[in-house]
Amino acid sequence: MLNTSPVLEFKSSTFFAPILILFNNDMAAIEETLHAKINLAPEFFRDSPLIIDLRDLNKQNQDLDFTHLTQLLRRVGFFPVGIRGGNDQQNKQARALSIPIDTVREQGAPIIAGNVQKPEINPQPSSQPVATVVKPSANPAAIAPVAVTSTLVTQPIRSGQRIYASSDLIITSQVSAGAEIMAEGNIHVYNTLRGRALAGVHGNTSARIFCFDLQAELISIAGDYKTSEDLNKQTYHSPVQIYLQDHALIIKEIA
Amino acid sequence: MARIIVVTSGKGGVGKTTTSAAIAMGLAKRGHKTAVIDFDVGLRNLDLILGCERRVVYDFINVINGEATLNQALIRDKNCNLLYILPASQTRDKEALTQEGVGKVLDELTREFQYIVCDSPAGIEKGANLALYFADDAFVVTNPEISSVRDSDRMLGILSSKSRRAERNEEPIKEYLLLTRYDPDRVKLGEMLSLDDVQEILSLQLLGIIPESKSVLSASNAGIPVILDEKSEAGQAYADVVARYLGEERPHRFIDGKQGFLRRLFGGKK
Repeated sequence: MLNTSPVLEFKSSTFFAPILILFNNDMAAIEETLHAKINLAPEFFRDSPLIIDLRDLNKQNQDLDFTHLTQLLRRVGFFPVGIRGGNDQQNKQARALSIPIDTVREQGAPIIAGNVQKPEINPQPSSQPVATVVKPSANPAAIAPVAVTSTLVTQPIRSGQRIYASSDLIITSQVSAGAEIMAEGNIHVYNTLRGRALAGVHGNTSARIFCFDLQAELISIAGDYKTSEDLNKQTYHSPVQIYLQDHALIIKEIA
Repeated sequence: MARIIVVTSGKGGVGKTTTSAAIAMGLAKRGHKTAVIDFDVGLRNLDLILGCERRVVYDFINVINGEATLNQALIRDKNCNLLYILPASQTRDKEALTQEGVGKVLDELTREFQYIVCDSPAGIEKGANLALYFADDAFVVTNPEISSVRDSDRMLGILSSKSRRAERNEEPIKEYLLLTRYDPDRVKLGEMLSLDDVQEILSLQLLGIIPESKSVLSASNAGIPVILDEKSEAGQAYADVVARYLGEERPHRFIDGKQGFLRRLFGGKK
């Protein structure tokens, strides 16, 4: 009976990282702009991971030596961890530097939802900056793409347990008081919901919560919450859907 | 291969040790060689309930530390020669328990015994976690009151996530409910949760209801497991529990309370 604990396990997780979008291949200008940006918030950028987005550059047929760019970024204190939208030559260079290539969304699928970031997708005339660093906190929805899968849980969720899904979360058993279920997308509970349920935890205001029997301690969508004390007694113990309308949680009985 | 049973609850004072002693004795009485281990290091009680406190020489911690062999520490019960008790240490604390040490002792017991009953301490700390870690079956002892039910629910979460079976992705621990200190009259008055109330939250396989009974306390004080008191309701209820656990079908009793003499005479409605 020696050590029974496993050596390792794989888990999936979501991280935030800034994306550097380049609109111009002038290395000197890039370096100058980066220094100016870093000086504004040196602590924020220190040792920060960075994903380099070259789609705009390549759309304009401006070539750029990826190895040189990486060296520049490392020199000013970034850790480049990915390339997106590079051409064959740039991807090859990235591979040689052991930098992962984001191939999934290269084929034109929009990665940025919402219109806040639009100016960066469609570059404007020369007056605009050479480089833009998209802050992760600026618009979380921009980084988290719309979930395409869902997580199914058939076991009861007991008091003290926490479930987190980076997608929709579907639960077929009861959720006990003192348990916490969270999802970046919608939450479906096809049973009694007694614990806390938080949908749209990354700010997805269109996320909804559905349950067969509402007895929750707390419900929240995109940060707007209600505790059981604030829940209308009429919808308590009823099958309901919960959604957000003008920053108000609407609890509606499902007929 | 032995079957390892953990008797657990989260909350203290609900009847874990009483239950451990009773079902261990019940299993032994039915011809299964059984060991019962007290995991409540520092608050040794099981030996008192089984009436062998004056024969304790070595304990569980001594065996883990290699200061005594298992055979030296195991105490044979005076009422049933198929029942053995491994007492806890009274002078140490739960930090003396190690996963490796507990695993080694259970491994050795597994070769000799058919059932190993682990009497868990209250709480969700090290002692309780180690008591359930190696379990195959769990008897969740719950009183019909809301805090006990909530704690049991928490314990069920730990059973399904922190046990060896969970870590190895094996078939999960089989969980059974034991509702103890049940008083049907107080349930009727609304002073106590009913079986249905408890099951609405826990939804487990019910192994038995142990009615609140004076015989439990007097049996404990006398150091005789209540299951040996065949006249008492609690003793009969525990006998039912053991039978059900071993696969016998027995209708549940003690849910509706005592039937009055006249009603029994005239076959009153159920």
